[in-house]
Amino acid sequence: MIADFVITDSYYLVLAALMFTIGAVGLLVRRNVLIMFMCVELMLNAANLTFVTFARRLNDIGGQVIVFFTLVVAAAEVAIGLAIIVAIFRRRRGATADDVDLLKG
Amino acid sequence: MREVLFFLFGGGALAGSIGVVLGRNPVHCALFLAQTLVCVAVLFLLEDAELVAAVQVIVYASAVVVLFLFVIMLLGVDREEAVTEPIKYQRPAAIAIGALVIAEILYLTGHQWATGASSVHGTIHVKGQDNVERVARVLFTDFLWPFEITAALLVIAVVGSIVLARRSGQRAEPPLDADLLDQPESSEGASVYSSPEATS
Repeated sequence: MIADFVITDSYYLVLAALMFTIGAVGLLVRRNVLIMFMCVELMLNAANLTFVTFARRLNDIGGQVIVFFTLVVAAAEVAIGLAIIVAIFRRRRGATADDVDLLKG
Repeated sequence: MREVLFFLFGGGALAGSIGVVLGRNPVHCALFLAQTLVCVAVLFLLEDAELVAAVQVIVYASAVVVLFLFVIMLLGVDREEAVTEPIKYQRPAAIAIGALVIAEILYLTGHQWATGASSVHGTIHVKGQDNVERVARVLFTDFLWPFEITAALLVIAVVGSIVLARRSGQRAEPPLDADLLDQPESSEGASVYSSPEATS
C-alpha cells in the first residue's frame, strides 16, 4: 500500500452510489416481491452510508441521528410489506409481481 | 490499515449486493443481504459512527433479515423463479437506467461538492463524551418531536401488519368467488412455481 494513499469521503460516496444503483437495477429486474424488498433495503442502506459520510465530512452529529429515523422507517416498511406479501400469497399462491395484475384490464 | 479495511469490506458490501440481485434462490439472496449489511456496519465503524454500526447489526442484519427468512420459509417460496421476461426489453432497459444513474451520480461526485453549514447540531467528537452520548443528546433535544412521531409510526406499523397478516375466520377455506377469479391464470401461476424449467 502506498504511504500517502488516503481514503477520502469520495470513496464512501462512490461506494454508496454503486450500492444504490445495484439496488435500483435489482428492483427493476427481479420479479420476486421478496427480493424486490431486499433491493429496497439495499438502497436505504446506501442512503444511510451517505448520511454517515456527510456527517463526518461536515462534522455534524445530525447526520448520524437521521440514520436512526431511516432505520425506523425501513423496519416499519418491512413489517407492513411482508404482511401484505403474506396476505397476497394466501389468495394468489404466488409471490411474483406479475401475479398481481387483476387491474390490468 | 483503514485503507485495507475499506477495500475489504467495501468489496464485501458490493459483492453481497450483486449477489442479492443475481441470486436465484431467495434464501441465498437474504444471506447475501446480511453480508452486505454487516460490511456496511464495519464501514460505519470506520467513519466513527459506533452506535449506528451497532444498531445496524442488531436491527438490520439480525431482525430484518430474520424476518425475511421467516417469511420465505413460511410461504415456501425458496424455489428458483422463472427466467421468462413478461415485459419486452425490461432487463436491458433496467440496466441502461442503472448505467445512467451511476454515470450521473459519479459526474456529480467528481464535479460538484455539497456545501452547507457544518456542525449545525453539534460536532461529532466532544472531549469527554462518547458517540452514544453525542447521538443521544441530539436525538432527545433537537430531534425530540420526530422521535415521538417515529414511536407512533412503529405502533401503526405493528397494528397494521397484524391486521393485514391475520387469518380472519371466514377465510379459513378459500371462498368460492376467489377460485373463479383465479381460474384463468391459476394454471400459469402454479406452473411458474412448481416447475420453472417447464416454462423457460
